[in-house]
Amino acid sequence: MSLELRNVGRVFNGIPAVTDVSFSAKPGEIIGLLGTSGCGKSTLLRAISGLDNEYDGEISINGKTSKMIHRETGFIFQEPRLFPWLTVLGNVTFGLTGEKQEKEQLGKQYLEKVGLSGNEKLYPKQLSGGMAQRVAIARALVTSPEILLLDEPFSALDAFTKMQLQDLLLSIWKAYQTTIVLVTHDIDEATYLCDRIIILRGQPGEITKEIKLEEKRPRARGSKQLAEIKTEILKSLDLNKAVDLTTV
Amino acid sequence: MEKIQGNVPSVLVHDKDSAKKRTKKKFNVEHLLLGSIIPAFLIIAWEIFSRLGVFPSYMLPSPSVVLGTIIGLGQDGTLAGHIGITTYRVFAGFILGTIAAVILGSFVGFYQKAERLLDPMIQAFRSIPSLAWVPLFILWMGIGETSKITMISVGVFFPVYLNIISGIIGVDRKLIEVGSINGLNAFQLVRRIILPASLPSFLTGLRSGLGLGWMFVVAAELMGASQGLGYLLVLGQNTLSPETILASIILFAAIGKLSDWLLKIIETRALHWQDRVAKL
Repeated sequence: MSLELRNVGRVFNGIPAVTDVSFSAKPGEIIGLLGTSGCGKSTLLRAISGLDNEYDGEISINGKTSKMIHRETGFIFQEPRLFPWLTVLGNVTFGLTGEKQEKEQLGKQYLEKVGLSGNEKLYPKQLSGGMAQRVAIARALVTSPEILLLDEPFSALDAFTKMQLQDLLLSIWKAYQTTIVLVTHDIDEATYLCDRIIILRGQPGEITKEIKLEEKRPRARGSKQLAEIKTEILKSLDLNKAVDLTTV
Repeated sequence: MEKIQGNVPSVLVHDKDSAKKRTKKKFNVEHLLLGSIIPAFLIIAWEIFSRLGVFPSYMLPSPSVVLGTIIGLGQDGTLAGHIGITTYRVFAGFILGTIAAVILGSFVGFYQKAERLLDPMIQAFRSIPSLAWVPLFILWMGIGETSKITMISVGVFFPVYLNIISGIIGVDRKLIEVGSINGLNAFQLVRRIILPASLPSFLTGLRSGLGLGWMFVVAAELMGASQGLGYLLVLGQNTLSPETILASIILFAAIGKLSDWLLKIIETRALHWQDRVAKL
């Protein structure tokens, strides 16, 4: 599934949050949107998903331009957002239609994929943060979306769970060749996962740089190449200058 | 041989289950004992003081006399009638008030236009003390069942209505977004997200509505009735028999508590998924 943004911007109450963003994603590509807080990363993601349709510009998925919710997209939020009155299996199969038995069969398959088989009957209150986010991942995947949108999906998790789930995401990507747009403020996460990192900066946010990562997966965390890219990203984010501006 | 093998695990499971039940039962008995210490002490003290003549019996008869009155009412067959008619009035008023509250509350909760149209008026009616309606209802509908049940349903209406609205308005926008991303239409959003999410608030409304229903039935029956627990109150006052009044009060407490307990069981069953803080 290809994705294309043309001159997308969004204004909230007369104040522009993000302006003139254009990029496209090839099928199966993992794109990272990286930037400091308030630069409009999440706003862009919500526009792509169709949750927000008051943006300017055009977004087309597979050549189809529409401001409605696209059935081809799956969204994983920063928080698990599970329905507390449904069991784990009920949450995973929430977006499916059709016969109950088929839905549950499929739901169980995806639960196994995220390493949670045997926990179908638990309720969200009984889950740890990492487990809940795995359920959310299974729920987003079960409808087999062709584009997966992730809004800082691992930022609320501890470092170890985070790494586990990043690898889980990669294995899913490998199996389904989903196009992924990942919003993050974690540079290590972006360099570990993405084919291309788009750096947004300023208020309103604009694209300042695009970095292509050629390195083969699996990448070694903390390798020299990734460290070099990290330095490059830090330089282009120009955090020192930003600090100066805020203190003045 | 096969049969025996088959039986073993089931026996084991059964044993474990009953052991669990036993500890739970023991726990409940302990609670019951702990909660009864002070009331039991007070009742015994009351009985002793009454028998010693510290409390004059024409003002405060002893517990045994009150109990005797209840048993006497039961024996001459009038007790069932009194309890039955009062419960019927509360139940009918509760159902009617709840239905009205669900309809209006959902409208006001879901549609902003309906809120602007109806809510100010309903809020204004709320500030009228509900008992002030009594003379008007009697004038309109006479002294029979209709005016009493209407009275009770007015009392039940407001807590249920307010809780439905706050439940619907309080549904987490983030959960609704999950529904939208899954392509749910407005009707499906209501059925699959908004209704279950506002259920806790609705049930809270039902419980406080029922409590008010019991309060209003007293008022309705005090105004004029020929049967019912409220009628017993009036009867006791007119015949100078405090034991009848006390008997009625105790019956009110018992039945009111029983009905609340039933609702609470429903609530616990329906909301088992809630992540509540366990009490210390």
